[in-house]
Amino acid sequence: MPSSKIMSLEDAVSRHIQNGDSVVMGACLESMIPFAAAYEIVRQKKKDLTLIAPISDILFDILIGAGRARKIIAAWSGNVSAGLGYNYRRSIEQGIPHRIEVEDHSNFSLGLALLAGSMGVPFLPTRSLLGTDLLKSNPRFHVQSLGEETLVYVPSLNPDVAILGVQRSDIEGNAHFWGNLGLFQEAGMSSRKVILLAEEIVPKEVIASDPNRVMIPGFKVTAVVHCPGFAHPSPVPGYYKRDHDFFTEYHRETKKLEGFKNWLNTWVISINSHNEYLARLGQRFEKLKVKEPLFAAPVNYAYR
Amino acid sequence: MEYTTEELMVVAAAREIRDSEIVFVGMRLPMLAFCVAKRLHAPNAIGFFECGIVRDEPPEELLYTMGDPANIAGASWCTSTNNLMFLMQQGLIDIGFIGGAEIDQYGNVNTSYLGDYTSPKVKLPGSGGAADIACLSNRLMVIMPHEKRRLVKNVNYITSPGYGTGPGWRQETGLPRGGIKALITNLGILRADKVTKVLIVDTIHPGISKEQIIENTGWDIQFSPDCSETPPPTEEELEVLRSIDPKGFWTKRQTSEVKTPQ
Repeated sequence: MPSSKIMSLEDAVSRHIQNGDSVVMGACLESMIPFAAAYEIVRQKKKDLTLIAPISDILFDILIGAGRARKIIAAWSGNVSAGLGYNYRRSIEQGIPHRIEVEDHSNFSLGLALLAGSMGVPFLPTRSLLGTDLLKSNPRFHVQSLGEETLVYVPSLNPDVAILGVQRSDIEGNAHFWGNLGLFQEAGMSSRKVILLAEEIVPKEVIASDPNRVMIPGFKVTAVVHCPGFAHPSPVPGYYKRDHDFFTEYHRETKKLEGFKNWLNTWVISINSHNEYLARLGQRFEKLKVKEPLFAAPVNYAYR
Repeated sequence: MEYTTEELMVVAAAREIRDSEIVFVGMRLPMLAFCVAKRLHAPNAIGFFECGIVRDEPPEELLYTMGDPANIAGASWCTSTNNLMFLMQQGLIDIGFIGGAEIDQYGNVNTSYLGDYTSPKVKLPGSGGAADIACLSNRLMVIMPHEKRRLVKNVNYITSPGYGTGPGWRQETGLPRGGIKALITNLGILRADKVTKVLIVDTIHPGISKEQIIENTGWDIQFSPDCSETPPPTEEELEVLRSIDPKGFWTKRQTSEVKTPQ
Protein backbone atom coordinates (compact mmCIF):
# COMPACT_ATOMS: atom_id res chain seq x y z
CA MET A 1 0.00 0.00 0.00
CA PRO A 2 1.32 3.44 -0.84
CA SER A 3 1.75 5.70 2.14
CA SER A 4 -0.88 8.39 2.20
CA LYS A 5 0.13 12.02 2.62
CA ILE A 6 -3.46 13.16 2.94
CA MET A 7 -4.13 15.46 5.86
CA SER A 8 -6.47 18.27 6.80
CA LEU A 9 -5.63 21.86 5.93
CA GLU A 10 -5.35 22.59 9.66
CA ASP A 11 -2.83 19.80 10.17
CA ALA A 12 -0.80 20.67 7.07
CA VAL A 13 -0.38 24.27 8.17
CA SER A 14 0.19 23.44 11.83
CA ARG A 15 2.73 20.65 11.20
CA HIS A 16 4.57 21.91 8.18
CA ILE A 17 4.75 25.67 8.55
CA GLN A 18 6.86 26.97 11.40
CA ASN A 19 7.14 30.53 12.63
CA GLY A 20 9.95 32.22 10.73
CA ASP A 21 9.67 29.96 7.66
CA SER A 22 10.05 31.18 4.10
CA VAL A 23 6.94 30.19 2.15
CA VAL A 24 6.13 30.38 -1.58
CA MET A 25 2.45 31.07 -2.15
CA GLY A 26 0.93 32.22 -5.41
CA ALA A 27 3.58 30.87 -7.76
CA CYS A 28 1.18 30.93 -10.75
CA LEU A 29 0.66 34.72 -10.58
CA GLU A 30 -3.07 35.50 -10.87
CA SER A 31 -4.56 32.00 -10.88
CA MET A 32 -4.56 29.01 -8.50
CA ILE A 33 -3.46 31.11 -5.54
CA PRO A 34 -3.80 29.06 -2.31
CA PHE A 35 -6.02 31.52 -0.41
CA ALA A 36 -7.43 28.75 1.81
CA ALA A 37 -3.93 28.15 3.22
CA ALA A 38 -3.35 31.87 3.77
CA TYR A 39 -6.58 32.13 5.77
CA GLU A 40 -5.54 29.11 7.85
CA ILE A 41 -2.14 30.69 8.50
CA VAL A 42 -3.98 33.74 9.87
CA ARG A 43 -6.25 31.61 12.05
CA GLN A 44 -3.27 29.70 13.46
CA LYS A 45 -1.37 32.98 14.00
CA LYS A 46 1.81 31.80 12.29
CA LYS A 47 4.28 34.65 12.42
CA ASP A 48 7.54 36.11 11.08
CA LEU A 49 6.99 34.46 7.71
CA THR A 50 8.99 35.37 4.64
CA LEU A 51 6.53 35.32 1.76
CA ILE A 52 7.81 34.55 -1.72
CA ALA A 53 5.93 34.97 -5.02
CA PRO A 54 6.14 36.86 -8.29
CA ILE A 55 2.61 38.28 -8.07
CA SER A 56 0.10 36.74 -5.69
CA ASP A 57 -2.73 39.23 -6.05
CA ILE A 58 -4.23 40.19 -2.65
CA LEU A 59 -2.86 37.18 -0.75
CA PHE A 60 0.24 39.05 0.39
CA ASP A 61 -1.79 42.11 1.32
CA ILE A 62 -4.03 39.98 3.57
CA LEU A 63 -1.10 38.28 5.33
CA ILE A 64 0.77 41.57 5.75
CA GLY A 65 -2.31 43.27 7.19
CA ALA A 66 -2.91 40.34 9.53
CA GLY A 67 0.63 40.73 10.88
CA ARG A 68 1.86 37.34 9.69
CA ALA A 69 4.75 38.50 7.49
CA ARG A 70 8.23 39.65 8.44
CA LYS A 71 9.45 40.01 4.89
CA ILE A 72 8.33 39.64 1.29
CA ILE A 73 10.45 38.53 -1.65
CA ALA A 74 8.32 39.55 -4.60
CA ALA A 75 8.08 41.26 -7.96
CA TRP A 76 4.72 42.87 -7.35
CA SER A 77 2.30 43.18 -4.47
CA GLY A 78 -1.14 44.77 -4.74
CA ASN A 79 -4.58 44.02 -6.14
CA VAL A 80 -4.27 43.00 -9.79
CA SER A 81 -7.65 44.11 -11.15
CA ALA A 82 -8.37 46.89 -8.63
CA GLY A 83 -5.14 48.73 -7.78
CA LEU A 84 -2.79 49.13 -4.85
CA GLY A 85 -2.64 47.01 -1.71
CA TYR A 86 -3.54 49.19 1.24
CA ASN A 87 -2.03 46.92 3.91
CA TYR A 88 1.24 46.77 2.00
CA ARG A 89 1.27 50.56 1.91
CA ARG A 90 0.32 50.91 5.58
CA SER A 91 3.12 48.53 6.55
CA ILE A 92 5.86 50.27 4.59
CA GLU A 93 4.69 53.85 4.97
CA GLN A 94 3.37 53.83 8.55
CA GLY A 95 4.62 50.63 10.17
CA ILE A 96 1.08 49.25 10.62
CA PRO A 97 0.84 46.58 12.00
CA HIS A 98 4.63 46.54 11.64
CA ARG A 99 7.13 47.44 8.98
CA ILE A 100 7.94 44.46 6.77
CA GLU A 101 11.18 44.05 4.87
CA VAL A 102 10.99 43.99 1.07
CA GLU A 103 13.39 42.19 -1.22
CA ASP A 104 12.66 43.70 -4.64
CA HIS A 105 12.54 41.43 -7.67
CA SER A 106 11.14 41.39 -11.17
CA ASN A 107 9.14 38.40 -12.37
CA PHE A 108 12.18 37.17 -14.29
CA SER A 109 14.68 37.60 -11.46
CA LEU A 110 12.38 35.79 -9.03
CA GLY A 111 11.95 33.06 -11.62
CA LEU A 112 15.72 32.76 -11.93
CA ALA A 113 16.17 32.72 -8.14
CA LEU A 114 13.81 29.76 -7.80
CA LEU A 115 15.25 28.09 -10.90
CA ALA A 116 18.76 28.42 -9.42
CA GLY A 117 17.42 26.85 -6.23
CA SER A 118 15.90 24.04 -8.30
CA MET A 119 19.18 23.51 -10.13
CA GLY A 120 21.27 23.51 -6.99
CA VAL A 121 23.46 26.42 -8.07
CA PRO A 122 24.04 29.63 -6.07
CA PHE A 123 23.43 32.17 -8.85
CA LEU A 124 22.02 32.49 -12.34
CA PRO A 125 22.95 35.34 -14.69
CA THR A 126 20.63 37.57 -16.67
CA ARG A 127 20.73 40.62 -18.91
CA SER A 128 17.57 41.90 -17.25
CA LEU A 129 17.59 44.53 -14.47
CA LEU A 130 20.73 46.29 -15.74
CA GLY A 131 20.29 50.00 -15.16
CA THR A 132 17.39 49.54 -12.74
CA ASP A 133 17.31 50.65 -9.12
CA LEU A 134 16.26 47.16 -8.07
CA LEU A 135 20.02 46.60 -8.00
CA LYS A 136 20.25 49.27 -5.28
CA SER A 137 17.20 48.49 -3.17
CA ASN A 138 18.00 44.75 -3.29
CA PRO A 139 21.75 44.48 -2.63
CA ARG A 140 21.65 40.69 -3.01
CA PHE A 141 21.95 41.12 -6.79
CA HIS A 142 25.53 41.16 -8.08
CA VAL A 143 26.55 42.93 -11.26
CA GLN A 144 29.66 41.55 -12.87
CA SER A 145 31.41 42.15 -16.17
CA LEU A 146 33.18 39.40 -18.01
CA GLY A 147 34.97 40.69 -21.08
CA GLU A 148 32.45 42.82 -22.89
CA GLU A 149 29.44 41.25 -21.19
CA THR A 150 27.86 42.78 -18.11
CA LEU A 151 25.39 40.53 -16.32
CA VAL A 152 23.26 40.56 -13.19
CA TYR A 153 23.78 37.51 -10.98
CA VAL A 154 20.56 36.53 -9.24
CA PRO A 155 21.06 34.64 -5.95
CA SER A 156 19.19 31.35 -5.55
CA LEU A 157 16.22 30.74 -3.30
CA ASN A 158 15.39 27.48 -1.56
CA PRO A 159 12.21 28.25 0.38
CA ASP A 160 11.26 26.19 3.43
CA VAL A 161 7.80 25.47 2.07
CA ALA A 162 5.90 25.79 -1.21
CA ILE A 163 2.13 25.79 -0.99
CA LEU A 164 0.86 24.87 -4.44
CA GLY A 165 -2.58 24.28 -5.87
CA VAL A 166 -3.41 21.54 -8.36
CA GLN A 167 -6.51 20.26 -10.08
CA ARG A 168 -6.08 16.64 -8.95
CA SER A 169 -3.69 14.54 -6.95
CA ASP A 170 -3.39 11.01 -5.71
CA ILE A 171 -2.83 10.34 -2.02
CA GLU A 172 0.96 10.27 -2.47
CA GLY A 173 1.18 13.70 -4.10
CA ASN A 174 1.47 12.69 -7.73
CA ALA A 175 -0.64 15.43 -9.24
CA HIS A 176 -2.01 16.78 -12.48
CA PHE A 177 -1.74 20.48 -13.15
CA TRP A 178 -2.87 22.31 -16.27
CA GLY A 179 -3.07 25.93 -17.30
CA ASN A 180 -0.36 28.57 -17.20
CA LEU A 181 2.51 27.56 -14.93
CA GLY A 182 3.98 30.86 -13.81
CA LEU A 183 6.72 29.69 -11.45
CA PHE A 184 4.83 26.61 -10.21
CA GLN A 185 7.48 24.11 -11.20
CA GLU A 186 10.45 26.19 -9.98
CA ALA A 187 8.68 26.78 -6.64
CA GLY A 188 7.98 23.09 -6.12
CA MET A 189 11.42 21.93 -7.22
CA SER A 190 13.34 24.43 -5.09
CA SER A 191 11.40 24.18 -1.82
CA ARG A 192 12.30 21.85 1.03
CA LYS A 193 8.67 20.93 1.66
CA VAL A 194 5.69 21.02 -0.68
CA ILE A 195 2.08 21.23 0.49
CA LEU A 196 -0.39 20.47 -2.28
CA LEU A 197 -3.96 21.71 -2.17
CA ALA A 198 -6.05 19.66 -4.60
CA GLU A 199 -9.51 20.19 -6.00
CA GLU A 200 -9.89 16.41 -6.30
CA ILE A 201 -8.20 13.29 -4.98
CA VAL A 202 -8.05 10.59 -7.64
CA PRO A 203 -6.64 7.06 -7.90
CA LYS A 204 -2.98 6.75 -8.76
CA GLU A 205 -3.90 5.23 -12.15
CA VAL A 206 -5.54 8.49 -13.22
CA ILE A 207 -2.30 10.40 -12.69
CA ALA A 208 -0.16 7.65 -14.21
CA SER A 209 -2.36 7.70 -17.32
CA ASP A 210 -0.83 11.09 -18.24
CA PRO A 211 2.59 11.54 -16.62
CA ASN A 212 3.42 14.56 -18.81
CA ARG A 213 0.86 16.55 -16.86
CA VAL A 214 2.77 15.98 -13.61
CA MET A 215 4.87 19.08 -12.91
CA ILE A 216 6.75 17.95 -9.80
CA PRO A 217 7.39 14.37 -8.72
CA GLY A 218 5.19 12.97 -5.95
CA PHE A 219 8.20 12.12 -3.80
CA LYS A 220 8.92 15.87 -3.43
CA VAL A 221 5.47 16.39 -1.92
CA THR A 222 5.17 16.47 1.88
CA ALA A 223 1.41 16.80 2.38
CA VAL A 224 -1.72 16.55 0.24
CA VAL A 225 -4.85 18.41 1.26
CA HIS A 226 -8.18 17.72 -0.39
CA CYS A 227 -9.44 21.28 -0.52
CA PRO A 228 -12.04 22.06 -3.20
CA GLY A 229 -12.32 25.80 -3.72
CA PHE A 230 -8.84 26.40 -2.26
CA ALA A 231 -8.08 29.21 -4.71
CA HIS A 232 -11.19 31.36 -4.28
CA PRO A 233 -11.30 34.27 -5.13
CA SER A 234 -8.66 33.36 -7.75
CA PRO A 235 -9.57 30.87 -10.50
CA VAL A 236 -8.74 27.21 -11.17
CA PRO A 237 -8.93 26.28 -14.87
CA GLY A 238 -11.59 23.65 -15.45
CA TYR A 239 -13.20 24.20 -12.03
CA TYR A 240 -14.18 27.79 -11.29
CA LYS A 241 -13.75 31.32 -12.55
CA ARG A 242 -12.19 34.32 -10.86
CA ASP A 243 -14.43 36.20 -8.42
CA HIS A 244 -13.66 39.67 -9.79
CA ASP A 245 -16.11 41.37 -7.44
CA PHE A 246 -14.36 39.91 -4.39
CA PHE A 247 -11.16 41.75 -5.36
CA THR A 248 -13.05 45.00 -6.00
CA GLU A 249 -14.85 44.70 -2.66
CA TYR A 250 -11.59 43.97 -0.86
CA HIS A 251 -10.07 47.07 -2.40
CA ARG A 252 -13.01 49.23 -1.35
CA GLU A 253 -13.35 47.82 2.15
CA THR A 254 -9.68 47.74 3.15
CA LYS A 255 -8.78 51.33 2.34
CA LYS A 256 -9.02 52.18 6.04
CA LEU A 257 -7.42 49.99 8.69
CA GLU A 258 -10.74 49.58 10.49
CA GLY A 259 -12.27 48.35 7.24
CA PHE A 260 -9.55 45.76 6.81
CA LYS A 261 -10.06 44.51 10.36
CA ASN A 262 -13.75 44.05 9.63
CA TRP A 263 -12.98 42.33 6.35
CA LEU A 264 -10.51 39.97 8.03
CA ASN A 265 -12.96 39.18 10.78
CA THR A 266 -15.79 38.49 8.32
CA TRP A 267 -13.86 36.31 5.89
CA VAL A 268 -11.14 34.70 8.02
CA ILE A 269 -11.13 35.06 11.80
CA SER A 270 -14.81 34.48 12.52
CA ILE A 271 -14.70 31.40 10.28
CA ASN A 272 -13.40 28.12 11.69
CA SER A 273 -12.59 26.19 8.56
CA HIS A 274 -12.40 26.26 4.79
CA ASN A 275 -15.75 24.49 4.61
CA GLU A 276 -17.32 27.28 6.64
CA TYR A 277 -15.76 29.78 4.23
CA LEU A 278 -17.37 28.00 1.28
CA ALA A 279 -20.67 27.94 3.16
CA ARG A 280 -20.43 31.69 3.73
CA LEU A 281 -19.81 32.18 0.00
CA GLY A 282 -22.84 29.99 -0.71
CA GLN A 283 -24.44 30.68 -4.09
CA ARG A 284 -21.69 33.13 -4.91
CA PHE A 285 -19.24 30.25 -5.29
CA GLU A 286 -21.74 28.04 -7.10
CA LYS A 287 -22.11 30.73 -9.75
CA LEU A 288 -18.36 30.78 -10.37
CA LYS A 289 -18.16 27.06 -11.11
CA VAL A 290 -17.65 26.22 -14.78
CA LYS A 291 -20.76 24.87 -16.44
CA GLU A 292 -19.60 23.66 -19.85
CA PRO A 293 -16.75 21.15 -20.03
CA LEU A 294 -13.99 21.81 -22.56
CA PHE A 295 -11.96 18.61 -22.76
CA ALA A 296 -8.56 18.21 -24.39
CA ALA A 297 -8.09 15.48 -26.95
CA PRO A 298 -6.83 12.30 -25.27
CA VAL A 299 -3.13 11.50 -25.73
CA ASN A 300 -1.95 8.06 -26.64
CA TYR A 301 0.84 6.47 -24.57
CA ALA A 302 0.61 3.12 -26.38
CA TYR A 303 3.71 0.95 -26.26
CA ARG A 304 2.69 -2.37 -27.81
CA MET B 1 -18.78 58.55 -33.32
CA GLU B 2 -18.17 59.48 -29.70
CA TYR B 3 -15.43 57.71 -27.80
CA THR B 4 -13.74 57.86 -24.41
CA THR B 5 -10.14 58.89 -23.86
CA GLU B 6 -9.34 55.34 -22.77
CA GLU B 7 -10.72 54.03 -26.06
CA LEU B 8 -8.50 56.44 -27.96
CA MET B 9 -5.51 55.25 -25.91
CA VAL B 10 -6.26 51.58 -26.60
CA VAL B 11 -6.61 52.24 -30.31
CA ALA B 12 -3.39 54.26 -30.35
CA ALA B 13 -1.62 51.38 -28.59
CA ALA B 14 -3.10 48.86 -31.03
CA ARG B 15 -1.77 50.84 -33.99
CA GLU B 16 1.79 50.44 -32.66
CA ILE B 17 1.55 46.67 -33.14
CA ARG B 18 2.60 45.56 -36.63
CA ASP B 19 1.49 42.37 -38.31
CA SER B 20 3.36 39.17 -37.39
CA GLU B 21 5.01 40.78 -34.37
CA ILE B 22 5.47 39.09 -31.01
CA VAL B 23 3.87 41.25 -28.35
CA PHE B 24 4.54 41.11 -24.61
CA VAL B 25 1.06 42.07 -23.46
CA GLY B 26 0.74 43.96 -20.18
CA MET B 27 -2.21 44.34 -17.83
CA ARG B 28 -5.27 46.56 -18.36
CA LEU B 29 -5.44 48.58 -21.61
CA PRO B 30 -2.73 46.62 -23.52
CA MET B 31 -4.82 43.44 -23.16
CA LEU B 32 -7.47 45.21 -25.23
CA ALA B 33 -4.95 46.80 -27.61
CA PHE B 34 -3.59 43.37 -28.51
CA CYS B 35 -7.10 42.09 -29.31
CA VAL B 36 -7.95 45.13 -31.44
CA ALA B 37 -4.69 44.82 -33.40
CA LYS B 38 -5.27 41.08 -33.95
CA ARG B 39 -8.76 41.61 -35.34
CA LEU B 40 -7.81 44.51 -37.61
CA HIS B 41 -4.33 45.20 -38.96
CA ALA B 42 -2.13 42.57 -37.26
CA PRO B 43 -3.93 39.23 -37.71
CA ASN B 44 -0.68 37.26 -37.37
CA ALA B 45 0.56 38.93 -34.19
CA ILE B 46 1.38 36.63 -31.28
CA GLY B 47 0.68 37.59 -27.68
CA PHE B 48 2.91 36.71 -24.70
CA PHE B 49 1.33 36.89 -21.23
CA GLU B 50 3.88 36.77 -18.43
CA CYS B 51 1.92 34.29 -16.32
CA GLY B 52 2.95 31.74 -18.96
CA ILE B 53 0.49 32.00 -21.85
CA VAL B 54 1.07 32.44 -25.57
CA ARG B 55 -1.89 33.14 -27.83
CA ASP B 56 -2.34 33.57 -31.55
CA GLU B 57 -6.08 34.16 -31.17
CA PRO B 58 -7.64 36.71 -28.81
CA PRO B 59 -9.55 35.14 -25.90
CA GLU B 60 -13.32 34.84 -26.30
CA GLU B 61 -14.11 36.73 -23.09
CA LEU B 62 -13.01 40.03 -21.60
CA LEU B 63 -10.00 39.53 -19.35
CA TYR B 64 -9.78 41.06 -15.88
CA THR B 65 -6.36 39.46 -15.38
CA MET B 66 -4.14 37.61 -17.81
CA GLY B 67 -4.53 34.47 -15.68
CA ASP B 68 -8.29 34.25 -16.21
CA PRO B 69 -9.22 30.76 -17.47
CA ALA B 70 -10.66 32.30 -20.65
CA ASN B 71 -7.09 33.26 -21.56
CA ILE B 72 -5.92 29.65 -21.18
CA ALA B 73 -8.67 28.02 -23.27
CA GLY B 74 -7.50 27.90 -26.88
CA ALA B 75 -4.02 29.21 -26.08
CA SER B 76 -1.23 28.10 -28.36
CA TRP B 77 1.14 27.47 -25.43
CA CYS B 78 0.79 27.24 -21.66
CA THR B 79 4.20 27.27 -20.06
CA SER B 80 6.32 28.86 -17.38
CA THR B 81 7.03 32.55 -16.88
CA ASN B 82 10.72 31.70 -17.20
CA ASN B 83 10.33 30.19 -20.68
CA LEU B 84 8.74 33.39 -21.97
CA MET B 85 11.41 35.52 -20.30
CA PHE B 86 14.13 33.33 -21.84
CA LEU B 87 12.75 34.02 -25.32
CA MET B 88 12.55 37.74 -24.56
CA GLN B 89 16.15 37.69 -23.33
CA GLN B 90 17.15 36.23 -26.71
CA GLY B 91 15.58 39.26 -28.37
CA LEU B 92 12.43 37.66 -29.79
CA ILE B 93 9.93 40.18 -28.39
CA ASP B 94 9.21 42.97 -30.86
CA ILE B 95 7.08 45.15 -28.65
CA GLY B 96 6.18 45.22 -24.96
CA PHE B 97 3.62 47.26 -23.02
CA ILE B 98 3.84 48.55 -19.45
CA GLY B 99 2.09 51.11 -17.28
CA GLY B 100 3.54 53.17 -14.49
CA ALA B 101 3.10 55.68 -11.70
CA GLU B 102 5.88 58.03 -12.81
CA ILE B 103 7.90 58.49 -15.97
CA ASP B 104 10.70 60.93 -16.68
CA GLN B 105 12.02 62.84 -19.70
CA TYR B 106 14.17 59.87 -20.77
CA GLY B 107 11.31 57.40 -20.47
CA ASN B 108 12.48 55.79 -17.24
CA VAL B 109 9.49 54.40 -15.35
CA ASN B 110 8.95 54.10 -11.61
CA THR B 111 6.41 51.65 -10.21
CA SER B 112 8.22 50.92 -6.94
CA TYR B 113 8.67 53.79 -4.49
CA LEU B 114 7.71 57.47 -4.28
CA GLY B 115 10.33 59.18 -2.17
CA ASP B 116 13.47 57.57 -0.79
CA TYR B 117 13.16 53.79 -1.07
CA THR B 118 14.42 53.28 2.47
CA SER B 119 11.49 55.30 3.87
CA PRO B 120 9.10 55.93 0.98
CA LYS B 121 6.21 58.34 1.00
CA VAL B 122 4.22 55.86 -1.09
CA LYS B 123 4.92 52.18 -1.61
CA LEU B 124 3.84 51.21 -5.10
CA PRO B 125 3.27 47.57 -6.17
CA GLY B 126 6.68 47.06 -7.80
CA SER B 127 8.02 45.76 -11.10
CA GLY B 128 6.07 42.63 -11.87
CA GLY B 129 7.47 41.90 -15.31
CA ALA B 130 7.82 45.58 -16.26
CA ALA B 131 11.57 45.86 -15.56
CA ASP B 132 12.19 42.78 -17.70
CA ILE B 133 10.08 44.10 -20.58
CA ALA B 134 11.86 47.48 -20.43
CA CYS B 135 15.29 45.83 -20.38
CA LEU B 136 14.79 43.06 -22.92
CA SER B 137 12.10 43.88 -25.50
CA ASN B 138 12.93 45.61 -28.77
CA ARG B 139 10.35 48.41 -28.49
CA LEU B 140 8.87 49.57 -25.19
CA MET B 141 5.43 51.21 -25.06
CA VAL B 142 4.27 52.96 -21.90
CA ILE B 143 0.65 53.86 -21.23
CA MET B 144 -0.06 56.40 -18.46
CA PRO B 145 -2.33 59.26 -17.42
CA HIS B 146 -0.75 62.62 -18.25
CA GLU B 147 -0.26 64.59 -15.02
CA LYS B 148 2.48 66.87 -13.79
CA ARG B 149 3.21 64.71 -10.75
CA ARG B 150 3.53 61.64 -13.00
CA LEU B 151 5.54 63.06 -15.91
CA VAL B 152 8.53 64.26 -13.91
CA LYS B 153 11.94 65.50 -15.00
CA ASN B 154 13.79 62.67 -13.25
CA VAL B 155 12.28 59.70 -11.44
CA ASN B 156 13.93 59.00 -8.11
CA TYR B 157 13.73 55.24 -8.64
CA ILE B 158 14.08 53.45 -11.98
CA THR B 159 11.99 50.28 -12.01
CA SER B 160 11.92 50.01 -15.79
CA PRO B 161 14.67 51.75 -17.73
CA GLY B 162 14.04 53.93 -20.77
CA TYR B 163 17.07 55.81 -22.04
CA GLY B 164 18.58 56.31 -18.56
CA THR B 165 20.45 59.59 -18.61
CA GLY B 166 20.39 60.02 -22.38
CA PRO B 167 22.14 58.87 -25.56
CA GLY B 168 24.49 55.91 -25.14
CA TRP B 169 23.30 55.06 -21.63
CA ARG B 170 21.70 51.73 -22.50
CA GLN B 171 24.81 50.49 -24.31
CA GLU B 172 27.09 51.63 -21.47
CA THR B 173 24.84 49.92 -18.94
CA GLY B 174 25.03 46.64 -20.83
CA LEU B 175 21.41 46.48 -21.92
CA PRO B 176 21.28 44.45 -25.12
CA ARG B 177 18.65 46.42 -27.06
CA GLY B 178 15.45 48.34 -26.76
CA GLY B 179 14.36 51.65 -25.31
CA ILE B 180 11.09 53.53 -25.09
CA LYS B 181 9.43 54.03 -28.46
CA ALA B 182 6.21 55.71 -27.36
CA LEU B 183 4.49 57.08 -24.29
CA ILE B 184 0.73 57.05 -24.84
CA THR B 185 -1.14 59.35 -22.44
CA ASN B 186 -4.65 60.72 -22.23
CA LEU B 187 -3.40 63.95 -23.87
CA GLY B 188 -1.12 62.76 -26.65
CA ILE B 189 1.64 60.49 -27.84
CA LEU B 190 5.24 61.26 -26.95
CA ARG B 191 8.30 59.76 -28.64
CA ALA B 192 12.00 59.99 -27.92
CA ASP B 193 13.92 62.63 -29.87
CA LYS B 194 16.32 60.77 -32.17
CA VAL B 195 19.34 62.72 -30.97
CA THR B 196 18.71 63.71 -27.34
CA LYS B 197 16.49 60.72 -26.43
CA VAL B 198 14.22 63.12 -24.52
CA LEU B 199 10.50 62.47 -24.92
CA ILE B 200 8.81 65.04 -27.15
CA VAL B 201 5.20 65.35 -28.28
CA ASP B 202 4.54 63.59 -31.56
CA THR B 203 0.75 63.85 -31.74
CA ILE B 204 -1.86 65.65 -29.65
CA HIS B 205 -5.24 64.02 -29.04
CA PRO B 206 -8.28 65.73 -30.58
CA GLY B 207 -9.59 68.57 -28.42
CA ILE B 208 -6.38 68.89 -26.39
CA SER B 209 -4.26 72.05 -26.53
CA LYS B 210 -0.48 72.43 -26.44
CA GLU B 211 -0.93 74.46 -23.26
CA GLN B 212 -2.67 71.56 -21.53
CA ILE B 213 0.28 69.34 -22.34
CA ILE B 214 2.79 71.95 -21.15
CA GLU B 215 0.85 72.47 -17.91
CA ASN B 216 0.67 68.76 -17.21
CA THR B 217 4.28 67.86 -17.92
CA GLY B 218 7.00 68.13 -15.29
CA TRP B 219 9.81 69.04 -17.68
CA ASP B 220 10.24 71.67 -20.38
CA ILE B 221 8.28 69.70 -22.93
CA GLN B 222 9.08 70.19 -26.62
CA PHE B 223 6.87 69.47 -29.63
CA SER B 224 8.05 67.65 -32.71
CA PRO B 225 8.39 69.95 -35.76
CA ASP B 226 5.77 67.86 -37.53
CA CYS B 227 3.55 67.49 -34.48
CA SER B 228 0.01 66.67 -35.60
CA GLU B 229 -3.33 65.54 -34.22
CA THR B 230 -3.72 61.90 -33.13
CA PRO B 231 -6.12 60.36 -35.63
CA PRO B 232 -9.33 59.58 -33.73
CA PRO B 233 -10.51 55.96 -33.54
CA THR B 234 -12.26 54.82 -36.68
CA GLU B 235 -15.75 53.36 -36.54
CA GLU B 236 -14.26 49.95 -37.26
CA GLU B 237 -11.72 50.23 -34.43
CA LEU B 238 -14.42 51.26 -31.98
CA GLU B 239 -16.74 48.48 -33.05
CA VAL B 240 -14.05 45.88 -32.51
CA LEU B 241 -12.99 47.36 -29.18
CA ARG B 242 -16.58 47.50 -27.91
CA SER B 243 -17.20 43.93 -28.97
CA ILE B 244 -14.29 42.94 -26.71
CA ASP B 245 -15.20 45.14 -23.72
CA PRO B 246 -18.96 45.64 -24.14
CA LYS B 247 -19.49 47.12 -20.69
CA GLY B 248 -16.45 49.38 -20.90
CA PHE B 249 -14.85 47.92 -17.77
CA TRP B 250 -11.40 49.02 -18.90
CA THR B 251 -12.25 51.86 -21.28
CA LYS B 252 -15.02 53.98 -19.82
CA ARG B 253 -14.58 53.94 -16.10
CA GLN B 254 -12.44 56.47 -14.31
CA THR B 255 -8.81 55.50 -14.26
CA SER B 256 -8.66 56.61 -10.62
CA GLU B 257 -7.79 53.14 -9.44
CA VAL B 258 -4.52 53.08 -11.32
CA LYS B 259 -3.64 56.59 -10.22
CA THR B 260 -1.09 57.22 -7.56
CA PRO B 261 -2.88 58.03 -4.34
CA GLN B 262 -2.38 61.45 -2.80
